[in-house]
Amino acid sequence: MNEDASLLKARPDRARKKWVWAVLVAALVLLLALSVFLGRYPQVGFLRLSQLRENLLAQLLVVNVRLPRLLTALLLGMVLAASGTVFQMIFANPLVEPGFLGVSQGAAFGAALAIVFFSASAALVQGMAALFAFAGLGFSYLLARRIRVGSWLLRLVLAGIAVSALFSAGLGIVKYLADPLRQLPEITFWMLGGLASITWTKFLAVLPACFLGLTVIFAFRWRLNLLALDETTAFSLGAAPRRERLVMMIAAVLATSAIISVAGMVGWIGLIIPHIARRLVGSDTRRNLPAAILLGGAFGVICDDLARMLMAGEIPLGILTSLLGAAIFILLMARGLGKEVRS
Amino acid sequence: MSVNLLSFDHVAFGYSQARPIFSDLNYQLRRGTLSVILGPNGIGKTTLLYMALGWLQPSAGQVLLENRPLQVYSRAELGRRVSLVPQTERQPYSYTVLEYVLFGRAPHLALFGAPGENDELAARQALARAGIPELAGAYVDQLSGGEGQLVLIARALAQEPRVLLLDEPSAHLDLGNKFRLMQTLSDLRRDGTTILMTTHDPEIALAVSDETVLVDGSGSVTVGTPTDLLTADKLSQLYHLPVGALEIRSSHPGVTLRRF
Repeated sequence: MNEDASLLKARPDRARKKWVWAVLVAALVLLLALSVFLGRYPQVGFLRLSQLRENLLAQLLVVNVRLPRLLTALLLGMVLAASGTVFQMIFANPLVEPGFLGVSQGAAFGAALAIVFFSASAALVQGMAALFAFAGLGFSYLLARRIRVGSWLLRLVLAGIAVSALFSAGLGIVKYLADPLRQLPEITFWMLGGLASITWTKFLAVLPACFLGLTVIFAFRWRLNLLALDETTAFSLGAAPRRERLVMMIAAVLATSAIISVAGMVGWIGLIIPHIARRLVGSDTRRNLPAAILLGGAFGVICDDLARMLMAGEIPLGILTSLLGAAIFILLMARGLGKEVRS
Repeated sequence: MSVNLLSFDHVAFGYSQARPIFSDLNYQLRRGTLSVILGPNGIGKTTLLYMALGWLQPSAGQVLLENRPLQVYSRAELGRRVSLVPQTERQPYSYTVLEYVLFGRAPHLALFGAPGENDELAARQALARAGIPELAGAYVDQLSGGEGQLVLIARALAQEPRVLLLDEPSAHLDLGNKFRLMQTLSDLRRDGTTILMTTHDPEIALAVSDETVLVDGSGSVTVGTPTDLLTADKLSQLYHLPVGALEIRSSHPGVTLRRF
């Protein structure tokens, strides 16, 4: 009994890590609160509380424009960071991101197709983008089953490359056929990503799929660790690696395809945030997945704040996430990427 | 309770029809036995182990665990009964040893569960049984080959299995680590753990096993005590070259020095 007690006592890192959570949650709440008041009205600055109480236009701006946009930015960051963590675990590779396996290219192709051939109602563009993002995963999965070389994961990677290339070629054809004055700029803007057109309707339309995907990923977060191990090892630990990986991929792509259908192509969040989370709280996904969700949400909100404030016209969100993401990536590489854990 | 823990009953298996590995394999692993599978490269040692794990299914016959076919067990049920120590393992991320050993608790947890205090206790006890309690806070990617192998054994022990499978556990170990591994395996055998392991190394088979299983490519196996089977004649037949078998009666590890 004494021996058991002494075995349990030695937990050096648990208390030390608690402050990380407190800081992460507090920072995100503060950021959200600030972002509600921060923006152009008409100049860059904070809305005063008195303005919000008395000015109807300010109230409308906050309630109908800023709030849905802010929540979508938060959701976007959370979904991409969580999905990125899932993909980096499933493929045991810290350099993959959720657009992998034909998902991003599928979404772009679907959106372009809707813009050029189906008169481009916003709802249709979203629906087609989400549909083709999911189709990217489906085609990659089916193709991987037919490939006869290599391990299951290698086959998925090869299938993902092939499906992405096919969608990319399809996108090229659609862009070539597009009206260069009207449709081509619309495709380009969709692909640059952005939340300028977000309304409550759009936010609420994608919320259920994002919520469902995030809930499944969050509930499964400890078991994700097993899916990064070799297939025989995961099997010997009582997992059903292929089935569980498929379920996790579907949850991640469900949420990702929903959010990119309204936000367009927003890169780098799913790649970079899981790295930062691992550095902060370690490799165990029980801890780093929630950390990635919080950090991703904060990163999404910060990038969108910058997107709507830096210039009089909006900067497309995808450009900012790429710029900041690549800068952080370079910094991480300089400090040693890969087995980047210790806090 | 049946004496036979694991039984191969008229098992056939091949990766292709043209090259069968086993045609009529019959073998029973008794409870509390440390059994070593010995044979040349590519002859089917790991295949036999993977069939015991349920990862590979025989094309004919069946593998029984406690008299029930492996297929009737759920994934978690099997994970609580059979565990595997692989020869090597990809470690893409850097976990602490304790986090890594806790993975062994997965079959005891619900699908959406995570390890709690009891699991942590079981993991620390497994580390103690593997002889490395002091490594709990170390990082798995910073361990020596020998320590890494012991961590994999601890993770497999954390599953609290009825049978422990080890695939070439000494393959990449130096003399010191090999000796440490043999000590750990002997201790586990004394505790009553049932162990089935493959090795290239007749020395290990002689040093720690109760029973030797020779896989010679005939489609079945020859089972006997290490002293009966690890003779110069039998080893010469197995490896198709003249083998001189020397028995060193010493508690120290032995090395054979020979110059070509």
